[in-house]
Amino acid sequence: MKTNDVILQTVAKVVVFLILTFSVFLFFAGHNNPGGGFIGGLMTAAALVLLALAFDLQTIRKVVPVDFRKVMAIGLMIALLTGIGSLVLDVPFLSHTFGHFDLPLLGDTELATATLFDLGVYLAVVGVTMTIILSIGEDH
Amino acid sequence: MLQGMLLIALVILSFSVLAGLCRVLLGPSMPDRIIALDTIGINLIGIVAILSVMQRTQTYLEIILLIGIVAFLGTIAFSKYIEKGAVIEHERSNR
Repeated sequence: MKTNDVILQTVAKVVVFLILTFSVFLFFAGHNNPGGGFIGGLMTAAALVLLALAFDLQTIRKVVPVDFRKVMAIGLMIALLTGIGSLVLDVPFLSHTFGHFDLPLLGDTELATATLFDLGVYLAVVGVTMTIILSIGEDH
Repeated sequence: MLQGMLLIALVILSFSVLAGLCRVLLGPSMPDRIIALDTIGINLIGIVAILSVMQRTQTYLEIILLIGIVAFLGTIAFSKYIEKGAVIEHERSNR
């Protein structure tokens, strides 16, 4: 049966970037506000799933040429290394700290080392979610 | 006064969610159930918005966007499943 996907594909091309922007916002909103690595990763995965729904799997493999299993492993590695980094400084495992810095354009900014751990969580969540969805959702 | 009106609106939205749930359970055909699920999602957005007005906070506004995105994705996935029989196609048959 011939189906017409023009509306879905046109909407997806615009909405994917909105969802990706929202996921970056959620990632950096974490630690003091609702947000963080987990929900940011889920939103990025949602954007990629929308692409996979509107187009097909081969297009996704061409547009996003990453192996999501490696993304998952790299994320876990980053999260583990931030934990070990606190052992190097002779404080308990996974301790974190923060400080206020004067950055150009942004002014007084609070930078926390928890963001590095969140980056690992973000990559792990994107990798796990995309691996599960792409291997379950594939039609053969 | 405002709190009472918001409370009444919450009750009405809850009944709307219940009506949608009835349609999900009873719905004669699959498209009915999908539309009902989408309606429940939109009613949830309204409930969260009213809660954020009642508690005078802006923290819930991200949740509204989140529910909107997830409900949109779910509706598209269900519709594609009943139309094509596959959620994610390996290769598009007709371009």
